[in-house]
Amino acid sequence: MDVLKIMAIVGCGSGLIVIVELIRRGQLKERYALLWLFAGIILLVFSLSRDLLEYVASLVGIYYPPSLLFLLAFLFLMLITLHFSSVISELSEKNKQLAQELALLRQEMVEGMGRSMDKHVAKD
Amino acid sequence: MKILIIIPAYNEEASLPGVIQDLKEHIPAADVLVVNDGSIDDTAQIARKINVKVLDLPFNLGIGGAVQSGFLYAERNGYDIAVQFDGDGQHLAGEINKLIEPIVTKQADLVVGSRFLAIGRYRAPIFRKMGIAIFSFILSRILGITVTDSTSGFRAANRRVIEFFAHTYPDDYPEVEALVLLHKVGLRMTEVPVTMRERTGGRSSITPTRSAYYMTKVLMAIFIDLMKKVR
Repeated sequence: MDVLKIMAIVGCGSGLIVIVELIRRGQLKERYALLWLFAGIILLVFSLSRDLLEYVASLVGIYYPPSLLFLLAFLFLMLITLHFSSVISELSEKNKQLAQELALLRQEMVEGMGRSMDKHVAKD
Repeated sequence: MKILIIIPAYNEEASLPGVIQDLKEHIPAADVLVVNDGSIDDTAQIARKINVKVLDLPFNLGIGGAVQSGFLYAERNGYDIAVQFDGDGQHLAGEINKLIEPIVTKQADLVVGSRFLAIGRYRAPIFRKMGIAIFSFILSRILGITVTDSTSGFRAANRRVIEFFAHTYPDDYPEVEALVLLHKVGLRMTEVPVTMRERTGGRSSITPTRSAYYMTKVLMAIFIDLMKKVR
Protein backbone atom coordinates (compact mmCIF):
# COMPACT_ATOMS: atom_id res chain seq x y z
CA MET A 1 0.00 0.00 0.00
CA ASP A 2 1.42 3.33 -0.95
CA VAL A 3 1.37 6.38 1.29
CA LEU A 4 -1.01 8.31 -0.93
CA LYS A 5 -3.59 5.53 -0.70
CA ILE A 6 -3.37 5.42 3.09
CA MET A 7 -3.69 9.18 3.30
CA ALA A 8 -6.72 9.17 1.01
CA ILE A 9 -8.43 6.41 2.98
CA VAL A 10 -7.74 8.02 6.35
CA GLY A 11 -8.91 11.41 5.01
CA CYS A 12 -12.17 10.12 3.53
CA GLY A 13 -12.83 7.76 6.42
CA SER A 14 -12.44 10.36 9.13
CA GLY A 15 -14.51 12.81 7.06
CA LEU A 16 -17.33 10.27 6.85
CA ILE A 17 -17.13 9.55 10.59
CA VAL A 18 -17.44 13.26 11.37
CA ILE A 19 -20.46 13.58 9.04
CA VAL A 20 -22.23 10.56 10.54
CA GLU A 21 -21.53 11.75 14.07
CA LEU A 22 -22.94 15.22 13.28
CA ILE A 23 -26.12 13.65 11.90
CA ARG A 24 -26.41 11.38 14.95
CA ARG A 25 -26.17 14.36 17.30
CA GLY A 26 -28.76 16.23 15.28
CA GLN A 27 -26.29 18.99 14.39
CA LEU A 28 -26.60 18.34 10.67
CA LYS A 29 -30.00 17.92 9.06
CA GLU A 30 -30.29 14.89 6.79
CA ARG A 31 -31.32 17.17 3.96
CA TYR A 32 -27.94 18.90 3.93
CA ALA A 33 -26.00 15.79 4.95
CA LEU A 34 -26.96 13.77 1.88
CA LEU A 35 -24.58 15.58 -0.48
CA TRP A 36 -21.73 15.33 2.01
CA LEU A 37 -22.34 11.60 2.60
CA PHE A 38 -22.54 10.95 -1.11
CA ALA A 39 -19.29 12.85 -1.73
CA GLY A 40 -17.51 11.04 1.12
CA ILE A 41 -18.58 7.59 -0.05
CA ILE A 42 -17.61 8.13 -3.70
CA LEU A 43 -14.19 9.46 -2.72
CA LEU A 44 -13.69 6.58 -0.27
CA VAL A 45 -14.51 3.97 -2.92
CA PHE A 46 -11.97 5.51 -5.30
CA SER A 47 -9.33 5.66 -2.56
CA LEU A 48 -9.85 1.99 -1.70
CA SER A 49 -9.60 0.64 -5.20
CA ARG A 50 -6.60 1.88 -7.13
CA ASP A 51 -7.71 -0.26 -10.10
CA LEU A 52 -11.10 1.41 -10.31
CA LEU A 53 -9.47 4.82 -9.99
CA GLU A 54 -6.99 4.03 -12.77
CA TYR A 55 -9.72 2.59 -14.98
CA VAL A 56 -12.01 5.60 -14.66
CA ALA A 57 -9.08 8.01 -15.03
CA SER A 58 -8.01 6.35 -18.27
CA LEU A 59 -11.62 6.41 -19.49
CA VAL A 60 -11.78 10.20 -19.21
CA GLY A 61 -8.15 10.68 -20.32
CA ILE A 62 -6.52 11.64 -17.01
CA TYR A 63 -2.88 10.50 -17.00
CA TYR A 64 -2.18 10.89 -13.29
CA PRO A 65 -5.02 8.95 -11.59
CA PRO A 66 -4.95 10.70 -8.17
CA SER A 67 -5.84 13.97 -9.88
CA LEU A 68 -9.21 12.35 -10.59
CA LEU A 69 -9.71 12.37 -6.81
CA PHE A 70 -8.92 16.09 -6.71
CA LEU A 71 -11.24 16.76 -9.62
CA LEU A 72 -14.10 14.88 -7.95
CA ALA A 73 -13.50 16.60 -4.61
CA PHE A 74 -13.46 19.98 -6.35
CA LEU A 75 -16.70 19.27 -8.24
CA PHE A 76 -18.43 18.14 -5.07
CA LEU A 77 -17.30 21.30 -3.27
CA MET A 78 -18.68 23.44 -6.09
CA LEU A 79 -21.97 21.56 -5.96
CA ILE A 80 -22.22 21.90 -2.18
CA THR A 81 -21.46 25.65 -2.29
CA LEU A 82 -24.11 26.13 -4.95
CA HIS A 83 -26.53 24.18 -2.80
CA PHE A 84 -25.69 26.50 0.12
CA SER A 85 -26.30 29.60 -1.98
CA SER A 86 -29.75 28.34 -2.86
CA VAL A 87 -30.50 27.42 0.77
CA ILE A 88 -29.33 30.88 1.93
CA SER A 89 -31.52 32.60 -0.67
CA GLU A 90 -34.52 30.65 0.52
CA LEU A 91 -33.72 31.39 4.16
CA SER A 92 -33.26 35.12 3.59
CA GLU A 93 -36.63 35.28 1.78
CA LYS A 94 -38.29 33.54 4.73
CA ASN A 95 -36.42 35.81 7.14
CA LYS A 96 -37.74 38.88 5.32
CA GLN A 97 -41.28 37.52 5.40
CA LEU A 98 -41.02 36.88 9.14
CA ALA A 99 -39.82 40.45 9.79
CA GLN A 100 -42.68 41.87 7.69
CA GLU A 101 -45.25 39.64 9.40
CA LEU A 102 -43.96 40.78 12.81
CA ALA A 103 -44.24 44.46 11.88
CA LEU A 104 -47.77 43.93 10.47
CA LEU A 105 -48.87 42.08 13.62
CA ARG A 106 -47.49 44.82 15.89
CA GLN A 107 -49.43 47.47 13.98
CA GLU A 108 -52.58 45.30 14.04
CA MET A 109 -52.21 45.11 17.81
CA VAL A 110 -51.82 48.89 18.15
CA GLU A 111 -54.89 49.46 15.97
CA GLY A 112 -56.89 46.85 17.89
CA MET A 113 -55.97 48.49 21.20
CA GLY A 114 -56.98 51.88 19.83
CA ARG A 115 -60.39 50.54 18.87
CA SER A 116 -61.09 48.95 22.25
CA MET A 117 -59.97 52.18 23.96
CA ASP A 118 -62.48 54.11 21.83
CA LYS A 119 -65.26 51.74 22.90
CA HIS A 120 -64.25 52.30 26.51
CA VAL A 121 -64.44 56.05 26.16
CA ALA A 122 -67.81 55.79 24.41
CA LYS A 123 -69.22 53.73 27.30
CA ASP A 124 -68.10 56.28 29.88
CA MET B 1 -61.45 55.24 -2.74
CA LYS B 2 -59.16 54.17 0.08
CA ILE B 3 -55.70 55.68 -0.36
CA LEU B 4 -52.58 54.70 1.57
CA ILE B 5 -49.39 56.73 1.49
CA ILE B 6 -46.38 54.55 2.19
CA ILE B 7 -43.27 56.28 3.54
CA PRO B 8 -40.24 54.00 3.78
CA ALA B 9 -38.06 55.59 6.47
CA TYR B 10 -34.53 54.85 7.59
CA ASN B 11 -33.26 57.37 10.15
CA GLU B 12 -35.62 60.16 9.08
CA GLU B 13 -36.59 61.56 12.50
CA ALA B 14 -35.59 65.10 11.45
CA SER B 15 -37.64 65.38 8.27
CA LEU B 16 -40.55 63.05 9.04
CA PRO B 17 -42.81 65.44 11.04
CA GLY B 18 -42.66 68.05 8.26
CA VAL B 19 -43.36 65.49 5.55
CA ILE B 20 -46.39 64.09 7.37
CA GLN B 21 -47.73 67.57 8.17
CA ASP B 22 -47.48 68.35 4.45
CA LEU B 23 -49.34 65.18 3.52
CA LYS B 24 -52.15 65.80 6.01
CA GLU B 25 -52.64 69.30 4.65
CA HIS B 26 -52.68 68.38 0.99
CA ILE B 27 -54.42 65.05 1.01
CA PRO B 28 -56.32 64.68 4.30
CA ALA B 29 -58.47 61.78 3.09
CA ALA B 30 -55.51 59.43 2.74
CA ASP B 31 -54.02 57.24 5.46
CA VAL B 32 -50.32 57.62 6.10
CA LEU B 33 -48.14 54.59 6.84
CA VAL B 34 -44.54 54.98 7.95
CA VAL B 35 -42.41 51.88 7.45
CA ASN B 36 -39.52 52.14 9.89
CA ASP B 37 -36.75 50.06 8.34
CA GLY B 38 -34.77 49.29 11.49
CA SER B 39 -33.71 52.92 12.10
CA ILE B 40 -31.21 53.59 14.86
CA ASP B 41 -32.79 56.97 15.64
CA ASP B 42 -36.30 57.70 16.96
CA THR B 43 -38.12 57.43 13.60
CA ALA B 44 -40.67 54.91 14.91
CA GLN B 45 -41.42 56.73 18.18
CA ILE B 46 -41.85 60.06 16.40
CA ALA B 47 -44.18 58.51 13.82
CA ARG B 48 -46.30 56.91 16.56
CA LYS B 49 -46.50 60.22 18.40
CA ILE B 50 -47.88 62.09 15.38
CA ASN B 51 -50.55 59.46 15.08
CA VAL B 52 -49.91 57.80 11.77
CA LYS B 53 -49.84 54.08 11.08
CA VAL B 54 -46.42 52.53 11.65
CA LEU B 55 -44.85 49.30 10.49
CA ASP B 56 -41.87 48.83 12.77
CA LEU B 57 -39.52 46.32 11.15
CA PRO B 58 -37.37 44.50 13.74
CA PHE B 59 -34.21 45.01 11.66
CA ASN B 60 -33.11 46.71 8.45
CA LEU B 61 -34.52 44.96 5.36
CA GLY B 62 -33.39 47.50 2.77
CA ILE B 63 -35.66 49.70 0.68
CA GLY B 64 -37.23 46.79 -1.24
CA GLY B 65 -38.34 44.84 1.82
CA ALA B 66 -39.57 48.03 3.52
CA VAL B 67 -41.69 49.20 0.59
CA GLN B 68 -43.08 45.70 0.12
CA SER B 69 -44.22 45.70 3.77
CA GLY B 70 -46.26 48.78 2.91
CA PHE B 71 -47.86 47.01 -0.05
CA LEU B 72 -48.64 44.01 2.18
CA TYR B 73 -50.43 46.35 4.60
CA ALA B 74 -52.33 47.95 1.71
CA GLU B 75 -53.32 44.55 0.36
CA ARG B 76 -54.58 43.19 3.67
CA ASN B 77 -56.49 46.32 4.62
CA GLY B 78 -58.31 46.74 1.33
CA TYR B 79 -56.71 49.90 -0.05
CA ASP B 80 -57.50 50.83 -3.66
CA ILE B 81 -54.45 53.00 -4.22
CA ALA B 82 -51.01 52.98 -2.61
CA VAL B 83 -48.62 55.91 -3.03
CA GLN B 84 -44.92 55.51 -2.34
CA PHE B 85 -43.51 58.74 -0.94
CA ASP B 86 -40.03 59.62 0.34
CA GLY B 87 -39.49 60.51 3.98
CA ASP B 88 -36.68 62.98 3.31
CA GLY B 89 -38.89 65.75 2.00
CA GLN B 90 -37.86 65.70 -1.65
CA HIS B 91 -41.32 64.80 -2.95
CA LEU B 92 -44.15 67.34 -2.94
CA ALA B 93 -47.39 66.26 -1.26
CA GLY B 94 -49.32 68.66 -3.52
CA GLU B 95 -48.46 66.52 -6.53
CA ILE B 96 -50.00 63.28 -5.27
CA ASN B 97 -53.33 64.07 -6.91
CA LYS B 98 -51.56 64.34 -10.25
CA LEU B 99 -50.06 60.90 -9.69
CA ILE B 100 -53.36 59.32 -8.75
CA GLU B 101 -55.34 60.72 -11.66
CA PRO B 102 -54.29 58.22 -14.37
CA ILE B 103 -55.24 55.43 -11.95
CA VAL B 104 -58.67 56.87 -11.22
CA THR B 105 -59.33 57.26 -14.95
CA LYS B 106 -57.99 53.72 -15.46
CA GLN B 107 -55.28 54.78 -17.89
CA ALA B 108 -52.49 53.05 -16.03
CA ASP B 109 -51.87 50.55 -13.23
CA LEU B 110 -48.71 52.23 -11.95
CA VAL B 111 -47.87 55.93 -12.22
CA VAL B 112 -44.31 57.16 -11.75
CA GLY B 113 -43.48 60.79 -10.99
CA SER B 114 -40.71 61.84 -13.38
CA ARG B 115 -38.24 64.64 -12.71
CA PHE B 116 -37.33 64.87 -16.39
CA LEU B 117 -40.75 65.55 -17.86
CA ALA B 118 -41.18 68.73 -15.83
CA ILE B 119 -40.31 72.25 -16.92
CA GLY B 120 -38.18 72.99 -13.88
CA ARG B 121 -34.77 71.46 -14.53
CA TYR B 122 -33.64 68.88 -12.06
CA ARG B 123 -29.95 69.16 -11.32
CA ALA B 124 -28.27 65.84 -10.62
CA PRO B 125 -24.65 64.79 -10.38
CA ILE B 126 -23.25 63.75 -13.78
CA PHE B 127 -22.83 60.09 -12.77
CA ARG B 128 -26.40 59.78 -11.68
CA LYS B 129 -27.60 61.47 -14.86
CA MET B 130 -25.61 59.03 -16.99
CA GLY B 131 -26.95 56.08 -15.07
CA ILE B 132 -30.52 57.27 -15.36
CA ALA B 133 -30.06 57.83 -19.12
CA ILE B 134 -28.79 54.27 -19.63
CA PHE B 135 -31.63 52.74 -17.60
CA SER B 136 -34.14 54.85 -19.48
CA PHE B 137 -32.79 53.66 -22.82
CA ILE B 138 -32.87 49.96 -21.89
CA LEU B 139 -36.22 50.12 -20.13
CA SER B 140 -37.81 52.01 -22.99
CA ARG B 141 -36.73 49.17 -25.31
CA ILE B 142 -38.05 46.46 -22.99
CA LEU B 143 -41.31 48.15 -22.08
CA GLY B 144 -41.98 49.55 -25.52
CA ILE B 145 -42.86 52.99 -24.12
CA THR B 146 -40.68 55.95 -23.25
CA VAL B 147 -39.45 55.86 -19.66
CA THR B 148 -37.60 58.98 -18.55
CA ASP B 149 -37.14 58.44 -14.81
CA SER B 150 -37.01 54.75 -13.93
CA THR B 151 -35.32 55.28 -10.56
CA SER B 152 -37.93 57.68 -9.20
CA GLY B 153 -39.34 56.55 -5.86
CA PHE B 154 -42.46 58.71 -6.16
CA ARG B 155 -45.15 56.36 -7.49
CA ALA B 156 -48.79 55.44 -7.22
CA ALA B 157 -50.15 51.90 -7.61
CA ASN B 158 -53.66 50.60 -8.16
CA ARG B 159 -55.18 47.53 -6.50
CA ARG B 160 -53.80 45.05 -9.06
CA VAL B 161 -50.26 46.37 -8.62
CA ILE B 162 -50.68 46.35 -4.82
CA GLU B 163 -51.66 42.68 -4.95
CA PHE B 164 -48.73 41.84 -7.23
CA PHE B 165 -46.11 43.74 -5.20
CA ALA B 166 -47.39 42.22 -1.97
CA HIS B 167 -45.94 38.88 -3.04
CA THR B 168 -43.29 39.84 -5.60
CA TYR B 169 -40.99 42.80 -5.05
CA PRO B 170 -37.25 43.12 -5.71
CA ASP B 171 -34.86 43.54 -2.78
CA ASP B 172 -31.89 45.81 -3.17
CA TYR B 173 -32.50 48.56 -5.73
CA PRO B 174 -36.12 47.84 -6.51
CA GLU B 175 -37.41 50.82 -8.52
CA VAL B 176 -36.09 49.83 -11.95
CA GLU B 177 -36.64 46.11 -11.54
CA ALA B 178 -40.20 46.59 -10.35
CA LEU B 179 -41.07 48.18 -13.72
CA VAL B 180 -39.69 45.17 -15.61
CA LEU B 181 -41.65 42.74 -13.42
CA LEU B 182 -44.89 44.69 -13.89
CA HIS B 183 -44.36 44.66 -17.64
CA LYS B 184 -43.92 40.88 -17.55
CA VAL B 185 -47.31 40.34 -15.93
CA GLY B 186 -48.94 42.76 -18.35
CA LEU B 187 -49.56 45.73 -16.05
CA ARG B 188 -49.28 49.18 -17.61
CA MET B 189 -47.18 52.06 -16.29
CA THR B 190 -47.13 55.71 -17.20
CA GLU B 191 -45.17 58.77 -16.09
CA VAL B 192 -46.34 62.20 -15.03
CA PRO B 193 -44.08 65.23 -14.61
CA VAL B 194 -43.22 66.20 -11.04
CA THR B 195 -40.73 68.54 -9.45
CA MET B 196 -38.50 67.42 -6.64
CA ARG B 197 -37.01 69.54 -3.92
CA GLU B 198 -33.28 69.76 -3.69
CA ARG B 199 -31.90 68.03 -0.66
CA THR B 200 -31.95 70.42 2.30
CA GLY B 201 -29.94 68.51 4.83
CA GLY B 202 -27.71 65.47 4.81
CA ARG B 203 -25.69 64.03 1.97
CA SER B 204 -26.75 61.73 -0.81
CA SER B 205 -25.58 58.19 -0.24
CA ILE B 206 -24.60 57.96 -3.91
CA THR B 207 -20.89 58.25 -4.80
CA PRO B 208 -19.30 57.52 -8.22
CA THR B 209 -18.06 54.11 -7.09
CA ARG B 210 -21.42 53.24 -5.66
CA SER B 211 -23.20 54.42 -8.79
CA ALA B 212 -21.04 52.13 -10.90
CA TYR B 213 -21.78 49.21 -8.60
CA TYR B 214 -25.47 50.11 -8.55
CA MET B 215 -25.62 50.28 -12.34
CA THR B 216 -23.93 46.94 -12.91
CA LYS B 217 -26.09 45.27 -10.33
CA VAL B 218 -29.36 46.68 -11.64
CA LEU B 219 -28.48 45.91 -15.26
CA MET B 220 -27.77 42.30 -14.36
CA ALA B 221 -30.92 42.17 -12.29
CA ILE B 222 -32.99 43.44 -15.24
CA PHE B 223 -31.80 40.59 -17.44
CA ILE B 224 -32.37 38.06 -14.68
CA ASP B 225 -35.87 39.47 -14.22
CA LEU B 226 -36.52 38.96 -17.92
CA MET B 227 -35.67 35.26 -17.52
CA LYS B 228 -37.50 34.82 -14.23
CA LYS B 229 -40.78 33.00 -13.88
CA VAL B 230 -43.31 35.50 -12.58
CA ARG B 231 -46.88 34.75 -11.72
